[in-house]
Amino acid sequence: MRLRIFAALAALSLGALTACGGQSGTSASGTLRIMAPASPGGGWDQTSRTAEQAFKSAAPDRKVEVFNVPGAGGTIGLAQLAGEKGNGNLLMTMGLVMVGAIEQNKSKVTLADTTPIAKLTEEYEIVVVPAESPYKTLADLTAAWKANPAKVSIAGGSAGGTDHIVAGLMAKAAGVDPKQVNYIAHSGGGEALNALLGNKVSAGISGVGEFAEHVKSGKLRGIGVTSGERLEGLDVPTLKEGGLDVELANWRGFVAPGGLSDADKKTLTDLVTKMHDSQAWKDAVAKNGWIDSFQTGQQFADYLTSEQTRVKGIIAEMGLVS
Amino acid sequence: MESLQLLIDGFAAALTPVNLLYALVGVTLGTLVGVLPGIGPAMTVALLLPITFTVPSTSAFIMFAGIYYGGMYGGSTTSILLNTPGESSSMITALEGNKMARRGRAAQALATAAIGSFVAGTLATGLLVVAAPAVVAFAISFGPEDYFALAILAFTAVSSVLSRSIVRGLASLGLGLTIGLVGIDQQTGQARLTLGIPQLLDGIDVVIVAVGLFALGEALYVASRLRHATPEVVPVGRAWMGRADWRRSWRPWLRGTALGFPFGALPGGGAEIPTFLSYAAEKRLARGVAKEEYGNGAIEGVAGPEAANNASAAGTLVPLLTLGLPTSATAAILLAAFQQYGLQPGPQLFDHNPALVWGMIASLFIGNTMLLVLNLPLAPLWARVLRIPRPYLYAGIVLFAALGVYALNGTIVDLFVLFVLGLLGYAMRRFGLPVAPAVIGMILGPMAEIQLRRALAIGAGDVTVLVRSPIAAVLLVLAALALLTPLFRKLMAKRRSVTPVG
Repeated sequence: MRLRIFAALAALSLGALTACGGQSGTSASGTLRIMAPASPGGGWDQTSRTAEQAFKSAAPDRKVEVFNVPGAGGTIGLAQLAGEKGNGNLLMTMGLVMVGAIEQNKSKVTLADTTPIAKLTEEYEIVVVPAESPYKTLADLTAAWKANPAKVSIAGGSAGGTDHIVAGLMAKAAGVDPKQVNYIAHSGGGEALNALLGNKVSAGISGVGEFAEHVKSGKLRGIGVTSGERLEGLDVPTLKEGGLDVELANWRGFVAPGGLSDADKKTLTDLVTKMHDSQAWKDAVAKNGWIDSFQTGQQFADYLTSEQTRVKGIIAEMGLVS
Repeated sequence: MESLQLLIDGFAAALTPVNLLYALVGVTLGTLVGVLPGIGPAMTVALLLPITFTVPSTSAFIMFAGIYYGGMYGGSTTSILLNTPGESSSMITALEGNKMARRGRAAQALATAAIGSFVAGTLATGLLVVAAPAVVAFAISFGPEDYFALAILAFTAVSSVLSRSIVRGLASLGLGLTIGLVGIDQQTGQARLTLGIPQLLDGIDVVIVAVGLFALGEALYVASRLRHATPEVVPVGRAWMGRADWRRSWRPWLRGTALGFPFGALPGGGAEIPTFLSYAAEKRLARGVAKEEYGNGAIEGVAGPEAANNASAAGTLVPLLTLGLPTSATAAILLAAFQQYGLQPGPQLFDHNPALVWGMIASLFIGNTMLLVLNLPLAPLWARVLRIPRPYLYAGIVLFAALGVYALNGTIVDLFVLFVLGLLGYAMRRFGLPVAPAVIGMILGPMAEIQLRRALAIGAGDVTVLVRSPIAAVLLVLAALALLTPLFRKLMAKRRSVTPVG
């Protein structure tokens, strides 16, 4: 774990204050380590640390620890995971973004080198326009897009990330060449939000959670969500209702190193299932506005394969792989 | 006044013995991580996020605020004493601060940094209370073309004051710009100058560049001269700021605050740019003794940038609290902390959760005061670090630099990059190239590039978008003035000296 010394220092000075009790306890199967292949604070880190808490409540006798291996859309962490072949005490949090990053960075290690364990959560994406925008509906935006793709600037997160993939899929569905999408990449939803609130771009795409408050307060207009049905508590039509056949979930889950024995795979899957069934996990999912989409075994492996094919296709069509 | 009443309520909630203890832990931790290169407040707060499960919100935010301000301040200590900035935002402090330390005025430099940080932090937090809505409207109106103009202004302001030789300054700047290119291009997702090394895909962290060029370069340079020169004895000097120091510091503190606060509120501003601008402004405004001392350890060059640095930390909270818009890494993590307490930051935060918001603002005042209480008495003690014999001192610097950089991402590749940059820093010193422009180029270059391309993409290739925004136009005119005034003055001086003859 990076910063171990420092974390220990911090924990030491806090131990006295928080009085939350020491966590000790040994187990025959050793410490379960969860790798968050990103910096502290991001989505994968948050998922990992939330899972850590849920693991502790579901299996108190098992020691769990989260560590971060940031870099290159998670592919640095992926490479490290591949080096731990056969290690049954290691999980890596990953998701749709990693699938794209593997293609884009031409990573030598791919998900074929891992053992899929479980899909945990999904978050849908939302397409918004500034409140002052002339586009009232998705149809308005699509019409303008078809007329002149260059004039419609779309703000979102990093190039090749989930937001960009949604833009590409929307273009394809609308009959616009995905290469023509005028996508303005930002370092995150926050920066893109600023461009939208300042009415600098035509439209924006990000996770629902990132924009929902601003849609509710009327500063942004939501014109489409990427879910199959309308989302509860948010009065925004789906992309399908608006005439674009696009459905996409930004999912997250766990994979383990490749070359795992069947027994190890079963132990890990059972442990993750137990974690998922805990009240602590259910509460955290509700609090973070995630959608529970638990899948394990062959079901998840198949899902992973189909997502890889889809992402690979659209990234190539957008001209993102040199 | 309603907000004043709410603030007083916030103080009532925040001022308990336990909370003061949290504040103390926060500023101590913050100062520590600020001193260690590589480990910044963002990472520290992120690692401490799990305490939000067990600790009441006010206490947690008091501690986080302490860490945030403490980190901003701690970075300046090593900058001043050892020419080794712990954070990129305290890099400028090293320029004059370290020169002051070498002339035996370390304690004064540390004191003006501590008091300046306190003054700026307090004033900026006050501004946060009264001016947040106005400032946020201004910040939102900043488009990519405006950021591009801002970067141009920072380039011209800084390059015209940083180096005695223009060619050397530009060479150093070019090096920095090149280093800034390494990594995935944000707009297209293509890798540039990564030499096929996946660890370089995210670019080289500015902390590694600052630590490599400044700290390691300095250590190697000192080591190379140990045998040649008798070790210069650094006098520790008097302990406190004299009357003249106070007189020369208070205006830079205020100007630094005025620069730092709005820039902190800008989503793409960052803490570095206001320190550059403050340094440039103080140098331009320097008269008399200050003018002679500038470049040799002028107290103004420490007071201004340090105030700007801390004021920008408070400015960052404006878009965070009013819009739920994080503009720095630390702010993004504070946002996550808000969410842990079950509240959605955004336009309605002030109305829906006044207790938490005002408790946090009150905790900023407390953290800031605690920081001064902790650091001011320590200034003369810190200054004694300079008495450590140089071989031990610089060996320690190399160790801490390597440790901090390794802690950043936990990868060996970063250490290699650090040592390569250290050698580069040594070579630059050896051949008389200033290192600061390189770090400035590395910070401003990518920003200028991405914003220029964004502006052009949004404008569908129309170049006039760059000057059509009034903010951009004003900034570009200022940049032109910064560039042309010295030339113009030189021309006038020449003509004046020529006229009598002709």
